[in-house]
Amino acid sequence: MKKTGLTLVAVGLTGLSLGASAQDEAGFITLASTTSTENSGLFDAIIPLFTDKSGIKVRVVAVGTGQAFEIARRGDADSLLVHDTAGEKHFVQEGYGTERADVMVNDFVLIGPGEDPAGLSEAETVEQAFGRIADAEAPFASRGDDSGTNRAELRLWEAAGVEPGGDWYRELGSGMGPTLNTAAGMDAYVMADRATWVAFDNPQNLELLFEGDDALFNQYGSVLIDPERHPHLKHDLAEQWHEWLLSEEGQQAIADFEVKGQQLFFPNAAE
Amino acid sequence: MPDDANAFQTALALIMGGDPDLLGIVMLSLQVSLTAVLIAALIALPLGAALALWQFPGRGVAIVMLNAMMGLPPVVAGLAVYLLLSRAGPLGEFGLLFTPGAMVIAQVILVLPIIAALTRQQVEELHSEYREQLSSMGVSRSRRIPTLLWDARLGLTTVMLAGFGRASAEVGAVMIVGGNIDGVSRVMTTAIVLETSKGNLPLALGLGIVLLVLVALINAAAHLVGETAQRRLG
Repeated sequence: MKKTGLTLVAVGLTGLSLGASAQDEAGFITLASTTSTENSGLFDAIIPLFTDKSGIKVRVVAVGTGQAFEIARRGDADSLLVHDTAGEKHFVQEGYGTERADVMVNDFVLIGPGEDPAGLSEAETVEQAFGRIADAEAPFASRGDDSGTNRAELRLWEAAGVEPGGDWYRELGSGMGPTLNTAAGMDAYVMADRATWVAFDNPQNLELLFEGDDALFNQYGSVLIDPERHPHLKHDLAEQWHEWLLSEEGQQAIADFEVKGQQLFFPNAAE
Repeated sequence: MPDDANAFQTALALIMGGDPDLLGIVMLSLQVSLTAVLIAALIALPLGAALALWQFPGRGVAIVMLNAMMGLPPVVAGLAVYLLLSRAGPLGEFGLLFTPGAMVIAQVILVLPIIAALTRQQVEELHSEYREQLSSMGVSRSRRIPTLLWDARLGLTTVMLAGFGRASAEVGAVMIVGGNIDGVSRVMTTAIVLETSKGNLPLALGLGIVLLVLVALINAAAHLVGETAQRRLG
């Protein structure tokens, strides 16, 4: 009886959901991805092209990379597009994913107050830049949320031989956008992905101070989820999305996407 | 503060412009929160009244628990519903996660304690006035519930509005269980969070003003209905 009641409620609520999106039923997939791809507007530019061609809609849940992995592990997303190559490979090794492929790159940049108290613009490598921030004990806003950007930032501190900590190092536990808002408010240095930075509308006193080191390379990968572990997922549709991203057409769509006249993502799928 | 003036202009442009995307977001916000309040009220009104009328061991504890649940953080409710509806969770088979249905469930959990706890208080006060009369007429306790709820209806309208306020204002729960998917599960509050994270503060504040106007309209409608009903019934 209890089960029947629950089913009734669930069916009723499903009806409500359908009412909101009945026309979507031709087919959709849920894509777990990162805030950088969503906030920059990339998905608004490329998903309609894929939908026109395949008839498949893509519902994007944009979260930090750590949370995106967790959503995919639990079987709540059909596909995964994130930027933490080591984490993606681990995800496949653990048996949650069957395949990962390079899709595109952008890069991280170091942002800070225009006065540049730590002298980042004089640094030649990213290790020097991070070292200068630590030496000056200039305020640094860290994502602190186990996102792809946060993981990359922690690797760079390690490479610079700095154990970040102390009053100047502030872990915010927020997404990229909120972290930039906070950094603008407290004149702190911050590492951001270029896409979010260029699309960001509230820079106040913040400026781009360091860019171009190879270590700031930010690789995005698409991961297919293992059908055996989560048989209910829409693997056929997800595979079409995955293949399209890697196809000439998908790669071209990524290259064509610009914000404020600037290309933000550079396709680099293997031939 | 140029941004503040901007926000009002943006809000006005949003309202006047009739942008279909915004309209969809507004409609979904209303649909989700009103459905949640309706479902919560269907359970919470009789529950609150029953709690007011019946004496049983542990009643004090039940009331304190119910009152405490009014302070349940939305993000915790969202997380609990997420774990419940996730494919790996007990109700995963229904595929409700990241749909408006999941958002309704989360908001019901947030709204139900508010309506139940405040109903309990209102009905208890009313009952202490009516008790002797109802007893002398030999009305059983379960028959008293509809009578008391009906007589307390004006106060209970405010109670329901408090519930609606909680539902339409919260963002922590709907963000987790809805996923803020464009065109599917994006509501006013999650859209505000998204625009804030893009640094588009005037638009975010503009959306906030639109939401406030919307909530004010709902409250005005409820007020009008109450006034008219009172006048007609003398």
